[in-house]
Amino acid sequence: MKKMIKISTLTVTASLLAVAAQADKWSDQFPHIKNTGDIAGECSYESMSKKDYSGQKLTINTHAVPVIGEPTALHAEQFSKLTGAEVNVIHTPAGDLYSKAMVPFQAGQAPYDIVFGFSNFIRDWKQYLQPVPAKYVNMRQMQDVTQSHIDVNSWNGEMIQFPIDGDRHYLKYRKDVIDNPEYQAKYKAETGNELRIPRTWKEYGEMATFFNGWDWDNDGELEYGSAEVMKKDDLMFAAFFSRSVAYAKNPRVPGGYFFDLESMEPLINGPGFVEALTDWVEATKYVPPGGINFGLGDEINSFGGGQTLFSFSWDDAFVAAMQDDSPIKNKVGAAPLPGSDRVWNRTSGSWENEYNQAPYIVWGWTAAVAKASKKQDVAFDYLCFFANDANHQADIAIGRFGVNPFKKSDFDADIYVERQGWDPEIAQQYADTLMEMEEGSTNRVFPLRVPGVFQFNSAIATGTSKALAGQLSPQEALDEVAAEWKKIVKRIGADTVREAYAVGVALEDNL
Amino acid sequence: MNFKHKYLFLLPGLLVLLGILIFPIGFTVRLSLSSWDSFFPGLDFIGLENYTRLFTDDPRFWESFQRLSFLSVTTVFLQYTIGFALAHIVWKEILFQRFFRVLFLIPMMTTPVIMTVIWKTVFHESLGPVNDFFSLFGVTPLWLSSEALSKVTVIIVEVWQWTPFMFLLLLAGLLSLPKEPFLAASIDGAGPIRKFVYVTFPLMAPISIGAIIIRLIEASKIMDTVYVLTSGGPGTSSETSSFYIFIKGLREFQFGYSAALSLTYLIIMIISLTIIAKMLVKLMIRS
Repeated sequence: MKKMIKISTLTVTASLLAVAAQADKWSDQFPHIKNTGDIAGECSYESMSKKDYSGQKLTINTHAVPVIGEPTALHAEQFSKLTGAEVNVIHTPAGDLYSKAMVPFQAGQAPYDIVFGFSNFIRDWKQYLQPVPAKYVNMRQMQDVTQSHIDVNSWNGEMIQFPIDGDRHYLKYRKDVIDNPEYQAKYKAETGNELRIPRTWKEYGEMATFFNGWDWDNDGELEYGSAEVMKKDDLMFAAFFSRSVAYAKNPRVPGGYFFDLESMEPLINGPGFVEALTDWVEATKYVPPGGINFGLGDEINSFGGGQTLFSFSWDDAFVAAMQDDSPIKNKVGAAPLPGSDRVWNRTSGSWENEYNQAPYIVWGWTAAVAKASKKQDVAFDYLCFFANDANHQADIAIGRFGVNPFKKSDFDADIYVERQGWDPEIAQQYADTLMEMEEGSTNRVFPLRVPGVFQFNSAIATGTSKALAGQLSPQEALDEVAAEWKKIVKRIGADTVREAYAVGVALEDNL
Repeated sequence: MNFKHKYLFLLPGLLVLLGILIFPIGFTVRLSLSSWDSFFPGLDFIGLENYTRLFTDDPRFWESFQRLSFLSVTTVFLQYTIGFALAHIVWKEILFQRFFRVLFLIPMMTTPVIMTVIWKTVFHESLGPVNDFFSLFGVTPLWLSSEALSKVTVIIVEVWQWTPFMFLLLLAGLLSLPKEPFLAASIDGAGPIRKFVYVTFPLMAPISIGAIIIRLIEASKIMDTVYVLTSGGPGTSSETSSFYIFIKGLREFQFGYSAALSLTYLIIMIISLTIIAKMLVKLMIRS
């Protein structure tokens, strides 16, 4: 795998050198790509400049500025200058992206040529979307995309959404604290344990508790154990799944993580999930004041601003922490999500006392072309241009853009050292962590992608938030979620949900 | 004489009424009898299934309704009390009277969502200025993440935002009061408290009832404050009916079911507000 990545990187570098003259030309006009210049490819600046879409108008529905919304608008402006197309960008809050596209889809209208959203919308949206044409699927730019993200954007092997972003949850920690010999000795003396990158969620909790509520970085402010997305309906269900994969995703038990694929019985109230929720309730004691109401933005600001020892979620908090204006630049580390010392086996109905770890490949931002669009060629060219190598390299360096690595060539540490001034050790650790999650594990969990996915996610957010607020015990809360899930399955139809869920299970079971 | 042509003149108004009032209500009724969601788009017919589900299998809606009742009654009571007090102050000839009249209206003129975002920053438990102040005394109240305090925070923001509306209506009422009863009361030797209790308050009753009912209708739709401040949390402790309907309709895309929720909510509101209005009339005017 590493060899392949080196080859990809060399290819990109060679391409970069080969077009050096043109790179200067394009980066002069478009300062966004000043670090790399144009990079040759099917959808490079040079290639797009040869197209003439004058008189054609493209309408895009995307997320609010800055996350994804800002790069959408920026690349729309660039695309417009290069091709002559008129591009109208509409910004929509995250919570409304699904419905804003779905309402006209269902009404048979086509107000948007391109819709941005989360890749787990795919099952509900796919019948309204135009599959990505073969010429894009087979182009060199797409060959660089990791298999996980090809899978995330495809349905039964057909690419429906265009890969523009890569996401996974991983652990972020304060390297200057965990690697500090003085703190290591103090921690050992007071707890009898080693201070190290936490291997399990129990270790995570112990360390977070130890470093909670005192000024361990001597900045005159109190610091806390962990910043997590705990606010109801604000992506919190993803945080819960990150905490539960280690306890509930058993590599020896195929056939479903969220449901038993055969019976379509929810597994969400099983002992593995309950254990994870119990840990999470405990975590409310070591988050900053009000941490139970932290959304993703709060989590990014809290960890990125140096307020906590740990955090786990998407790349954004890590990238924000490593930006030049961050007070903790080059003081943070990345590692896979913690695991657990035992994992639940639902077949035998017992715990297996062995170490388990499972990467959670959370959905990422994605975009797709509406089937009813009359300008599909222009639309696909725009998306291809959005994700071309030069734009992508520039975008992933800007934390607020929300564009994260999803190409094999992204996992080369040198990129981050040379272009973003990261410490080489941290860059290597970051690249290795991401690559290991993408390609190194066979125990991955993919997001739930079934009809009515929002109903399932909403139920889990409500249930877990009741447990976090102390309204219900973890078992009661998850029993309530399981009961709700059963009702949703009944309403939609077990066979319909099963058929869709099987696609994700096949990925998880490495079939 | 044949006045049939009058219908021609009524037609535009009727068409507008049909388009913006009758049709949406009729469509919502029809929608509530369907299972329209993200997977089954369309107006199929499932009878009263959504209503059965609501009345037999959805305690969360009724809990959110109880919460809404508490929040709207509390906020409107506070808005009325504070609004009346402020209106009473600037009704008199005081220094900078015009300045204060404008000042008291400013919260209402701001955009609710933007102001709520600002309030959220102000009440942020670890980064906000309110807790900076409280931390001087060694406490950090959980304004947004405690079950009880999150409701208090919603009430504070709502009262801040909408007291000016109450103030405006009540000030207009005070300015329109006749002078004679006050002169008569003065001649009879009534002091300021007696004048307020026996003259001002009774004379203001009709306007007060109108203002309270208008605000109750508005407060019962409370959604943006909850959405921005707490998302209904922690848990479901600040979830109101309209926010719950929003979740079912536009988050979970259960259009049919959310239409049933909306209609049920509408009927309950019409009945309860009618009862409240009658009670207020009895309480404030007849007594």
